[in-house]
Amino acid sequence: MSWFSPVWFVTKRELRDQLRDWRILFPLIVLTFLFPILMNEVARSAVEFVSRFGGTLLVDRLVPFSMLIIGFFPITISLVVALESFVGEKERGTIEPLLATPLKDWHIYFGKLLIGVLTPLVASLSAILFYLIIVSRQRIELPEPSVMVQLFTLTIVHAILMVSAAIVISVQSTSVRAANLLASFIVVPVAILMQGESALLFWGNDQVLWLAVAGVVILAGLLIRIGLAHFQREYLLGREIDVLNFRWILETFSKYFVGETNSLWKWYRVVVYRALVKLWVPVGIMVILAVITFWAGFQWTVTTIPELMDLAAPELLETISDRLSESTNLIGLGQDISAPFLFTHNVRAVGIILLAGLVSFSVLGLVIYILNLSIIGALLGVFNLLGFAPINLALFGLLPHGIFEIPALILSSAAMLRIGVMLVTPQVGRSLGEVVIDLLADWTKIAVGIVIPLLFIAALIEAYITPALLTYGLLN
Amino acid sequence: MIETHDLSKHFGSFQAVDGVTLSVKPGKILALLGQNGAGKTTTVRMLTALLFPTRGWAKVNGFDVFKQPAQVRASVGVLTEQHGIYVRMTGGEYLNFFGEVYQLDSAARKSRIDYLMDYFGLSEAINQRVGEYSKGMRQKLALARALIHEPPVLLLDEPTSAMDPESAKLVHDEIGRLKSSQRTIIICTHNLVEAEQLADSIAIIYRGKILITGSLDELKQQVLGPIEYEVLMSKPWQPQGLNLPKGVTLNGIKGSRLRFHVERPQELNPILLHQLTKSNAPVVTFQEVPQSLEQVYLKVMADAQAGEVINTHEPAITQEVDLL
Repeated sequence: MSWFSPVWFVTKRELRDQLRDWRILFPLIVLTFLFPILMNEVARSAVEFVSRFGGTLLVDRLVPFSMLIIGFFPITISLVVALESFVGEKERGTIEPLLATPLKDWHIYFGKLLIGVLTPLVASLSAILFYLIIVSRQRIELPEPSVMVQLFTLTIVHAILMVSAAIVISVQSTSVRAANLLASFIVVPVAILMQGESALLFWGNDQVLWLAVAGVVILAGLLIRIGLAHFQREYLLGREIDVLNFRWILETFSKYFVGETNSLWKWYRVVVYRALVKLWVPVGIMVILAVITFWAGFQWTVTTIPELMDLAAPELLETISDRLSESTNLIGLGQDISAPFLFTHNVRAVGIILLAGLVSFSVLGLVIYILNLSIIGALLGVFNLLGFAPINLALFGLLPHGIFEIPALILSSAAMLRIGVMLVTPQVGRSLGEVVIDLLADWTKIAVGIVIPLLFIAALIEAYITPALLTYGLLN
Repeated sequence: MIETHDLSKHFGSFQAVDGVTLSVKPGKILALLGQNGAGKTTTVRMLTALLFPTRGWAKVNGFDVFKQPAQVRASVGVLTEQHGIYVRMTGGEYLNFFGEVYQLDSAARKSRIDYLMDYFGLSEAINQRVGEYSKGMRQKLALARALIHEPPVLLLDEPTSAMDPESAKLVHDEIGRLKSSQRTIIICTHNLVEAEQLADSIAIIYRGKILITGSLDELKQQVLGPIEYEVLMSKPWQPQGLNLPKGVTLNGIKGSRLRFHVERPQELNPILLHQLTKSNAPVVTFQEVPQSLEQVYLKVMADAQAGEVINTHEPAITQEVDLL
């Protein structure tokens, strides 16, 4: 028996079930054969309506856009299929005999992932093909093959994304009702994603759209990893019910945050130290990233900006200069910078990195971290271009408060990175909720114990010492 | 063979199973009795490697539930509390699916499906959707699923709860046949008559702990005391001058009925009967006072609950008994 056979047994059984369930078949058939006709009529009417007033629509973009939308609607059924397949089995108690077989967790997981994707995807691709037939019969030009490939790829990765997200939700829910409620956390972001992709389609920038495809693939990959990590028999048969237990959350958080300590000194020595020890690998990664992005920011500025300046017309440079001055005023840099402002700004930045990391398995958090450090590099590059020695700026303008601020940023970002990594790592014997609380408690220990005090010191230095040192350094 | 030692499981602060030590040999049946929520299902789930113990260990068919879960699951046939029936499949498709999952080849699957469907009287419904089956038929199908791969170990949760008497007898007979073919079987049941009929040993579990375990006779002896014998006279009779042999005590007189405790019935009952006849007692019948598992169970549970009120730290009777 091949490795795939057990996966296929699960898929085949579910497929048989689906083909006998009119609640799934009916919407799939309607969306496959009626929706393309409807979409075609709407598009045609829109073009006619606009042309009546002498306007033109981006007709060549309407077809790919319609393909995207037509492909997307049947895909939404995948969400229902996946939720039904996982939570429905849990709720009806049919999952236990299945779990009691020698099938491995990943056999069941991929068997169900496959069926979640398979039927809606077949419907979706059929709907797109049906639409293309309709369009070609009207003698409307079909999109380029590369755009077609892009749209088919997008449709496939959307399906995988939705099903893998649905599985993550399913593992955490014990009833279809709860899972359906949680499904809005999938539908809303995917709808926003679709809007962005539609905008890219109308913009006609293929390269950016491929980047969007790559982004969705990465996200789907992470969701599959997290689903696999938490798709364990123990959780699926767990006793937890879908009630938001604030008391349990607070107690668990407090247990992890305080530990078994009774004094601040012991808390630092034992609890914070342990949280810190867990971060040595993420800190290493963050330091390497910091050096690379800082250097990249500096290099990009000193090489690219002079080229751009040479190309730009003098009037344009004047406008840029004016706008820069306006924008600096807008973000408050033109005003007096006080220590409380710097402190709250930096704390907010650390919080934003955490939040961005939490919703994206650390990916967006990393992006913000990289942007921050590359901006510092770029800033030094600008000063270099203006004729100041960057080493002086670094020594007098950056280092005095940077020796506190940069480690704080690295530590908090490393703790954020660890959250994402641990979320996609199997955690035997603990629920996802417990894992998240533990990781947040670790982040908070580092934030409260180390990062905030460091940022406080950094803000004082940056407000009261750095300006004097910088003036001295730049003038001498 | 099933062996557990100090098997425990907690969910957060809730102790579902606490220090269960058991040993069930091949060809033996253990009945696990207890209230709803006592820890029977959690124990069975640990023995199926569905849940991992938080303390202690368990071996099923020689495989460790923690280290060799796949082998454990391949060795076990489980009838779960909820039967786990896919209602849109036919009975034949349902068994075929599980046959595939247990890696039976096509011929073996067909032969097992035919045998089981025929044995449980479901042959005519083999192509019927399971959704159209009655509750009893579904239970039989679930049992057939548990047996599809002829597992050496069977864990059956309420195997006859929804069945009519004829079907229940079929299941009892099949369990008896499996026992004689050296299967190791654990039955979780609320049906005390069934446990009495089928089990070689019985364990009563309460709040995750095994309170008492042993054969039915041992349980009766331990919980209800020595067996009583009742002598029915044709008229009220006073046992003056009756010479009771050593080991026999008169337990009470009620009208024309006399009750005796006999320590060694095989040896002392003939002597007692002889003495009664010698004393001209108008004996009509001489018989053992029936003691049922129900009496044992209710007494154990009552003691456990009372014990908790008095001293919640002491185990009610015992926690660790070897069933060998």
